[in-house]
Amino acid sequence: MPLFYENRQIVTPGDLLAEGDYIAGNNTHRNDRKIYASRLGLVEYRGRKVAVVALNTFYVPAVGDVVIGKVVEVNLHGWTVDINSPYMATLRTSEALNRPFKPQRDELSDFLDVGDMILAKVISFDRTRDPSLTIREPDLGKIKYGQIVKVSPAKIPRIIGRKGSMIGMLKKETRCNIIVGQNGLVYISGRNREDERIAALAIKKIEEEAHTSGLTDRVAEMIRKERGEVE
Amino acid sequence: MPKKTKLVNSKGIRTDGRKIDELRPVKLEVGILSNADGSAYIEQGKNKILAAVYGPGEVHPRHLALPDRALLRCRYHMAPFSVQERKSPAPSRREVELSKVIREALQPAIFLERFPRTSIELFIEVLQADGGTRCAGVTVASLALADAGIPMRDLVVACAAGKADGHIVVDLNDIEDKEGEADVPVAYMPNFDAVSLLQMDGILTIEEFEQAISLALDGCRKIYALQKEALKAKYQAIKEEVEGAEEE
Amino acid sequence: MTSITVSRIRQQQIALLIADGKRLDGRGLMDYRPIQIETGIIEKAEGSARVRLGKTEVMAGVKIGIGEPFSDRPDEGVLTTNAEFVPLASPEFEAGPPGEESVELARVVDRGIRESEAIDLKKLCIVPGKKVFIVFIDIYVLNHDGNLIDASALAALAALMNTKIFKYEVKDDEVEIKPGFTKLPIKNYPIAVTFADINGKLVVDPWLDEEEVMDARLTMTFDKDGRICAIQKGEAGTLSPKQVIEAANIAKEKTEELRKLLVKD
Repeated sequence: MPLFYENRQIVTPGDLLAEGDYIAGNNTHRNDRKIYASRLGLVEYRGRKVAVVALNTFYVPAVGDVVIGKVVEVNLHGWTVDINSPYMATLRTSEALNRPFKPQRDELSDFLDVGDMILAKVISFDRTRDPSLTIREPDLGKIKYGQIVKVSPAKIPRIIGRKGSMIGMLKKETRCNIIVGQNGLVYISGRNREDERIAALAIKKIEEEAHTSGLTDRVAEMIRKERGEVE
Repeated sequence: MPKKTKLVNSKGIRTDGRKIDELRPVKLEVGILSNADGSAYIEQGKNKILAAVYGPGEVHPRHLALPDRALLRCRYHMAPFSVQERKSPAPSRREVELSKVIREALQPAIFLERFPRTSIELFIEVLQADGGTRCAGVTVASLALADAGIPMRDLVVACAAGKADGHIVVDLNDIEDKEGEADVPVAYMPNFDAVSLLQMDGILTIEEFEQAISLALDGCRKIYALQKEALKAKYQAIKEEVEGAEEE
Repeated sequence: MTSITVSRIRQQQIALLIADGKRLDGRGLMDYRPIQIETGIIEKAEGSARVRLGKTEVMAGVKIGIGEPFSDRPDEGVLTTNAEFVPLASPEFEAGPPGEESVELARVVDRGIRESEAIDLKKLCIVPGKKVFIVFIDIYVLNHDGNLIDASALAALAALMNTKIFKYEVKDDEVEIKPGFTKLPIKNYPIAVTFADINGKLVVDPWLDEEEVMDARLTMTFDKDGRICAIQKGEAGTLSPKQVIEAANIAKEKTEELRKLLVKD
């Protein structure tokens, strides 16, 4: 039952990764007993499981994901939200307001207007229907201040880090509140603009070097350098 | 067909100095257009071709959306300045046909069924044409798709073989394409031994055709190695730079 | 590009039968449907033919005009091939500019005729560099029940073989039409054979239901000397190199059979 690469080697679509009694993980596909890469990425062999950590992907919605989206349309019964995915999301009034919506009295654009950014959770999505969102949970809703950085959704796990190690370090070192949308948008709010700038810089560095090792330390060092704490 | 040029000399050398089984120099770059979700560039001989991928995303117009898979659209287009005599920018019948066969060459490699109701838009712009643009177009488009992070069964690579002055030759250049006896473009998924584009014009016996196919497939395998390198290049460089620096 | 959706059960039925070497309409895998060819059916056209391939029905008309030669071939006549998917031929055909299917059809038929040099274009030169005959082939699909390429290629060749050109004289570079006709000079007889790959099995002459379930389509055109003069793979499936060579050998045989319908020796 051979494996054809070393752990963390870069592979391209179609590369034969393993043959035999293995489980096809993320970004791989199976043909008989052979497992192939389906995306450019780093191969990962863990026990029986063969997967590829993709170097570039786009966001496909999943129920329960927290995402950051932009309102692009105000409709009769809600809003259309661009969540940086192949599918446009909808936010219905019942998932946005804490009281019944009265069309005679309420103007939807008073609550959310085109161009507004929201922090939302995906509550439904399947092959036949576009994703729908809710903001009726604590900490969700319209984003009023701070800034938003866009990264490849493939890099989100790296920004969070193993058991939240990277994001923990980021928050501590930059003194910013950072919320990672699974769809590749990252929300940063800090006490001042300079903190936010450094946090954004750090996130961009993680995106660029996501596939390298020893990254947490390098990012921490970069942040300290930017703050003028080290030479 | 009017014969003007000697395409292969007595020593088996072609007009551009190549042997009959030798490819033109191929240069590939990935991720060169920032607006596109995926992009790539190829130079093969004097061919210069750009490919860009947008999507998967919303289908416009909406009624074209397919319930069970993504819609793949492909536009192969030649720039007016890409050939000796200015080409009208309006799509010609040739471009319409090539757009179709290129799309069909790439489609089996893409997991379209994973993204129902969306579209993937593929644009191939020939900036300079030097024979074999459809093959180079397939090769570069496949890289743009991979760069866009679209899940694929395999890369698709293409190469032509044909007949010039009685010799079966690989990777025809412009003059061999125009004055040679036959041209057989082939697109191939190397890990699945699957031919996804096959055309021919000119005249070949079955034996010559078999020879041409085998030469074209050899060419495909060589270009495939370059495709893989090009996809990895950007990430490999960063990896070596930062990880290498740490070891010092 | 929408298609009449064949139900899944029918798809299975077609594929399973083919795996057993049988077809839903009773044919063997390498059998053509009955072919009928009529020529000279349109008096106003210089050449014409109608081909019925099973229920598929295609007409080809040839018109002869006079025009300028291409600058790189000043002493040759000009061939142009066009195909129309007339809306009456299928609920799927829509009026409007030619779609990619009809462009492909016309170009595949054209390639076979052009590459085999079926028409002796040199004999169609009137005044070198200035005036040549232009051969317009117009393919008209009247009923679509699959395999339009083979039917159209047959119709086009039959129409060309039936084409007559008015006699003429040249006076001071002007063409004067004379009474009487000569035959369009034909020197080769290209025949197309189309395969469908269905679940890895090849069949010839797919009818519409088979086309809707086929993974790939492969057309090979052979000239009168048994040489290949055009190939076109279509659809989004793939073929193995082995299948391609197998197809070439079968197509060579099949084209010889089909050619006998038009060329009696």
